[in-house]
Amino acid sequence: MSAATKPASTDAAQMMSGAEVVLRALKDQGVEVIFGYPGGAVLPIYDALFQQNAIRHILVRHEQAAVHAAEGYARSTGKVGVVLVTSGPGATNAVTGLVDALMDSIPVVCLTGQVPTHLIGNDAFQEADTTGITRPATKHNYLVKKPGDLARVMHEAFYVAKSGRPGPVVIDLPKDILINKAPYTDAPDTPHRSYRPRTEPDGEQIRKAVRLLKAAKRPIVYAGGGVINSGPEASRLLREFVRMTGFPCTNTLMGLGAYPAGDPLFLGMLGMHGTYEANLAMHGCDVMLNIGARFDDRVTGRLNAFSPGSKKIHADIDPSSINKNVPVDVPIVGDAGRVLAALIEAWKAEEAPQDKHVLTSWWRQIDEWRAKDCLRYRQEGRIIKPQHAVKRLFEITQELKRETFITTEVGQHQMWAAQYFGFHQPNRWMTSGGLGTMGYGLPAAMGVQIAHPDALVIDIAGEASILMNIQEMGTLAQYRLPVKVFILNNEYMGMVRQWQELLHGGRYSESYSAALPDFVKLAESFHAVGMRAEHADDLDRVIREMIAIDKPVIADICVAKDENCFPMIPSGAAHNEMILGPDQEGGVAGVTDEGKVLV
Amino acid sequence: MSEAGNAQRAATIAVLVENEAGVLARVIGLFSGRGYNIDSLTVAPVDDTGRISRITVVTSGTEMVIEQIKAQLDRLVPVHKVSDLTMEGPHLTRELALIKVVGAGDSRVEALRLADAFRARVVDATTESFVFEMTGAADKIDAFCALMRPLGLAEVSRTGAVAIARGPRGLN
Ligand SMILES: Cc1cc2nc3c(=O)[nH]c(=O)nc-3n(C[C@H](O)[C@H](O)[C@H](O)COP(=O)(O)OP(=O)(O)OC[C@H]3O[C@@H](n4cnc5c(N)ncnc54)[C@H](O)[C@@H]3O)c2cc1C
Ligand SMILES: Cc1ncc(C[n+]2csc(CCOP(=O)(O)OP(=O)(O)O)c2C)c(N)n1
Ligand SMILES: [Mg+2]
Repeated sequence: MSAATKPASTDAAQMMSGAEVVLRALKDQGVEVIFGYPGGAVLPIYDALFQQNAIRHILVRHEQAAVHAAEGYARSTGKVGVVLVTSGPGATNAVTGLVDALMDSIPVVCLTGQVPTHLIGNDAFQEADTTGITRPATKHNYLVKKPGDLARVMHEAFYVAKSGRPGPVVIDLPKDILINKAPYTDAPDTPHRSYRPRTEPDGEQIRKAVRLLKAAKRPIVYAGGGVINSGPEASRLLREFVRMTGFPCTNTLMGLGAYPAGDPLFLGMLGMHGTYEANLAMHGCDVMLNIGARFDDRVTGRLNAFSPGSKKIHADIDPSSINKNVPVDVPIVGDAGRVLAALIEAWKAEEAPQDKHVLTSWWRQIDEWRAKDCLRYRQEGRIIKPQHAVKRLFEITQELKRETFITTEVGQHQMWAAQYFGFHQPNRWMTSGGLGTMGYGLPAAMGVQIAHPDALVIDIAGEASILMNIQEMGTLAQYRLPVKVFILNNEYMGMVRQWQELLHGGRYSESYSAALPDFVKLAESFHAVGMRAEHADDLDRVIREMIAIDKPVIADICVAKDENCFPMIPSGAAHNEMILGPDQEGGVAGVTDEGKVLV
Repeated sequence: MSEAGNAQRAATIAVLVENEAGVLARVIGLFSGRGYNIDSLTVAPVDDTGRISRITVVTSGTEMVIEQIKAQLDRLVPVHKVSDLTMEGPHLTRELALIKVVGAGDSRVEALRLADAFRARVVDATTESFVFEMTGAADKIDAFCALMRPLGLAEVSRTGAVAIARGPRGLN
């Protein structure tokens, strides 16, 4: 790479206000929309926004929602999501969103206002140590103290947010920096001084991996969010690799959509609420190929009992994900798409034949596990089963052939959405996996709808979670975003209630959703449409009406109050100690005192 | 997990970083946030432009934890290079200490005699005190301080370890 071809000459730099530099950099980075909320420290940026048309600003109702909206936008498009908030409370309100994006590897650039440089450290009005507070909440952060650094930092922030393992980046902008003149320079075409993540895998490691995979008797492909992060091509290559090898494939919660649901080689999601067949195949495999997943505790269960007999290959763009929780035999550092392309090529080049015969007997074993039909439920009588509500929602959207995006809040409804809604493509499923942030789904859906105005965007919600960012109904109304909020209303913090039932002797401490609002009237007061399904016979009609209406809708689906989410591997238990359901003999196996201390 | 997997070891890690605001806080925050040990940490600019600083961290943990520490350091945006001197061949470790000993009579004479044996230099003296300057490996300084304790050890100030590989091999 020749550094000298296009020097970023400061001589030729245009001078403009700092706020104009910020907007110009956003435009040059290809940003079309930002999510924000004004305040004193960022007024210069709002003033500059007022005087231009290139960038659209979406006014949210709470800064946390701005970040989740940017996450939804980013996850559904593959672009960087952008946020603009004021100093002090604006920045602190954004922190939950930033940590959410950090945990789920979502590229976000968040601009925060700051008091002028000469007041920093004086406890000035609405001053907070934003870079201090957000240091562990971001992939990286900046405080711009000199006008000459502004343009460089803006461009660098985008590079950092989207390169390697993506994540949130904060730029803290003192008000004097926004008002005073600053030079604008283009993004440099020289490599970053210190941050250059590796994307191309090592050839020898790939060959080692292929040798193991070719000789595997009981292989499994465990693919995660990194495949989605890598872009749609990686999902295509995953499909190609799995079909070429005939291996079974499972996805993490964050990886759903990387491999098409419904495909015979797909075992469904694995982990705490994953399928019986996926978890037992992970437990019993002899060679595991992990692509872009991080051996999260929701996935591994008790570590010393995790897939005890297997050789493990782990491909990840972030070397710190490798050998973090689980020691692996063949580490591969690289981008998921590049790794898959290399594996496919090396598989074809490797002469050793694959033993199709042993693979068939592995599949026979898997099919036996599958025959348990672990996601079976019984919809009987008039009370709507939550599983059935999601299943019908999925089937009806399939029938209508609308391009559909699903977001969720956090709880049982999130897990039922993961289990019963099938994703055939990447970037259609937005959920808060790592942090598990209640209140994520509605603002994330808003961001998705902004990016895909004609698509059907549904937030599968719980009645407790939805109240955590309910104010965003106002944003939906203002921008006429026809997001559908599909509440599985069980009148409980169901996931909490479930743990209390199974692990705390049925003492339902503070987990009842008392004094709920009337969601139909609540929708109406926010200029949306409200509807309710009280009985099983209402369900299809409500779903169809909800989808047909070209406005924001809250559909309050009254579901069974005491339903538990199964299968379940209790914390601290092993994959082969999963609870299949209420009908299982022998009570709750696998729950130990050691497990109880885990979350 | 095997016995070897749980064995603890010490590691002296050298980190070259961009000398920018907050970089030390990032490194320290990483250790505290993830529960790693810091036995000592030193930092100073090391290049002629003052843009690059070198951090030396002495830490300990299982092999897996030390590998994690290195990977976590390496993914910080302003980090140029991470090197595990303990694993990468022979290296030198030095620490500087200033040691104040207060006393009179025989103990004062004995302190001076031991300082000489340890090659500690007197950098300040009054009729009732000495300040010794000493450079060496941490255990040598520990040993000297232990000897001074009964002789009137009053105060110790230590830099923490700095380290470098032996031979022509460089970090960058
Ligand atoms: C109530 C609740 C229950 C849950 N239950 C389950 C469950 O049953 N099953 C389950 O799976 N999860 C569950 N989760 C989610 C879980 O907490 C984790 O978020 C999830 O398992 C992590 O998914 P992942 O391993 O795919 O990693 P991600 O968090 O998506 O991380 C991606 C990994 O890929 C790497 N990467 C990023 N970009 C690339 C690239 N371009 N190329 C290669 N690698 C890349 C990253 O470095 C990282 O290691 C649950 C969450 C909640 C809130
Ligand atoms: C911000 C936040 N606070 C608390 C929790 C802990 N928590 C996880 S699930 C849950 C209950 C969610 O209830 P609801 O939204 O009704 O969903 P359900 O489980 O009933 O489907 C709670 C409190 C959380 N994940 N996020
Ligand atoms: Mg609920």
